[in-house]
Amino acid sequence: MIKLQDVALAYAGRTGPVLALDGTSIDVARGEFAAVVGPSGCGKSTLMKLVTGLVKPTRGSVEVAGAPVRGPVKVAGMAFQNANLLPWRTVLDNILLPLEIVEPYRSQFRSKKAEFVARAEKLLDTVGLGGFGNRFPWELSGGMQQRASLCRSLIHEPQLLMLDEPFAALDAFTREELWCVMRDVWQRLKFTVVLVTHDLREAVFLADTVHVMSARPGRIIESRRVDFARPRDLEICYEKEFADIVHVLRNKIAQVRQTPAPVEAAS
Amino acid sequence: MKIDNESLAPWYFTIGIFVVWEAVCRLFNVSDFILPAPSQIAVAMVRYWKPLLYNSFVTLWTTLAGFLMAVAFGLFLGLVVGWSKAIYRGLYPVMIGFNSIPKVAVVPILIMWFGIGEIPAILTAFLISFFPIVVNVATGLATIEPELEDVLRALGASKLDVMRKVGIPRSMPYFFGSLKVAITLAFVGAVVSETIGANAGLGHLMTQAGSNFQMPLVFAGLMALAVEGIVMYAVTALIEQRMAGWAFRSQNSAGG
Ligand SMILES: Nc1ncnc2c1ncn2[C@@H]1O[C@H](COP(=O)(O)OP(=O)(O)OP(=O)(O)O)[C@@H](O)[C@H]1O
Ligand SMILES: [Mg+2]
Repeated sequence: MIKLQDVALAYAGRTGPVLALDGTSIDVARGEFAAVVGPSGCGKSTLMKLVTGLVKPTRGSVEVAGAPVRGPVKVAGMAFQNANLLPWRTVLDNILLPLEIVEPYRSQFRSKKAEFVARAEKLLDTVGLGGFGNRFPWELSGGMQQRASLCRSLIHEPQLLMLDEPFAALDAFTREELWCVMRDVWQRLKFTVVLVTHDLREAVFLADTVHVMSARPGRIIESRRVDFARPRDLEICYEKEFADIVHVLRNKIAQVRQTPAPVEAAS
Repeated sequence: MKIDNESLAPWYFTIGIFVVWEAVCRLFNVSDFILPAPSQIAVAMVRYWKPLLYNSFVTLWTTLAGFLMAVAFGLFLGLVVGWSKAIYRGLYPVMIGFNSIPKVAVVPILIMWFGIGEIPAILTAFLISFFPIVVNVATGLATIEPELEDVLRALGASKLDVMRKVGIPRSMPYFFGSLKVAITLAFVGAVVSETIGANAGLGHLMTQAGSNFQMPLVFAGLMALAVEGIVMYAVTALIEQRMAGWAFRSQNSAGG
């Protein structure tokens, strides 16, 4: 589904170009749940932007669904650390937003409104927000807003879901609850997911493959398969094998954090 | 409705000021050529209620006409400027330059072009008040959360979609917020222009009364200006609350 080959990306920083990614290659199969972990500022969010076509690579090739990415990919769902709901819309209308943009829903939006609303309400039920559709985002807690944001990223049943630290700002219990929501939705719809996270337990619990990135300029330095049987129960987080994988990944990241970042520009 | 001391406080203070004013004038025997007492002003208001009302009305409509032009033009230009970073960068310095010209300096030109009358007042009101509207609308558009824009663009939204779904609704509180400032400025513009050259309006009435040494009438004109200004401000503030209430509410809850 996603194929990056030897990609580099430089931002035009104020003091000269900033190389965010260099020599990055990654493969994500259709229907796979991939997680990306790495030290802060290593280019994870940049990787997400590359895959969705929001930025163009400076070098290398980016392919999504078998075709090279030339502009925004048009079908990806995205969710971020901030819920970013529109405060003037109700939760329900926020969730319906993608259907007002993505074809074929867009042209059917008026005629099939009732059907879409039913669909959004069902989705709200799955994330535990049933009955909150008519509230405004500011009437919801942070965790509830994040659930709504997940619904918005899923409403158009995207083939590709890009999640950039969506659970980072939540308390531990809500976070685990949303892991399970994510797990169930993914199990049911089998779309491709790329999840960026700082939480290694989250990555190992949810993903089929965990990719570890180096410090900036970011590269994938290790891709580790996680072969626990599905559906996974939260209890596996307390098993030894689970802890071992988390431990290995942790050491790996601690190690890449140690290596000094390459010198920017000789000044 | 509960009326408490706090909501009455503005009235106490207003009345207090007038009482002190009256007392000072009487105690020190201040000549009404210098500072007429409130009672003398009241007498003048009653005596000249007709010209006061007529000229207030003229000022009101020139202000509103200029203000409405500013709203239409300001909204349009704000949307254009906020549309893209390039336009923003290119036009912004030009607008700053334009805005830093004191508009009083333009009034004589307008009078030469359009003659003595209401048009220079309307145009001055317009010129002086459209700028804050432009800046506010453009700011509302330019400060869309980049992540939200990413979400929409990854869905294949065009620039127009992003503007329609997010940019424009988002800039509405900024827009309505700028109306308060704009109406105040438009009022200043209209009155200044009437003072410099016009054949009607409160500014005109006050210059005329001044040159006839009718100080109580000049102050009566000032009172009329104050009332008119307060009313127009209050109305726009009310419109702001009505139209963009979500911005107030979401801010309150974000703080708590
Ligand atoms: N618009 C930009 N202009 C210049 N430099 C940028 C820009 N965006 C990101 N960068 C730089 O690129 C690097 C990678 O940024 P990115 O946001 O992808 O990191 P990240 O891995 O997502 O970090 P975090 O884990 O903290 O979210 C950072 O060092 C950042 O300074
Ligand atoms: Mg990031």
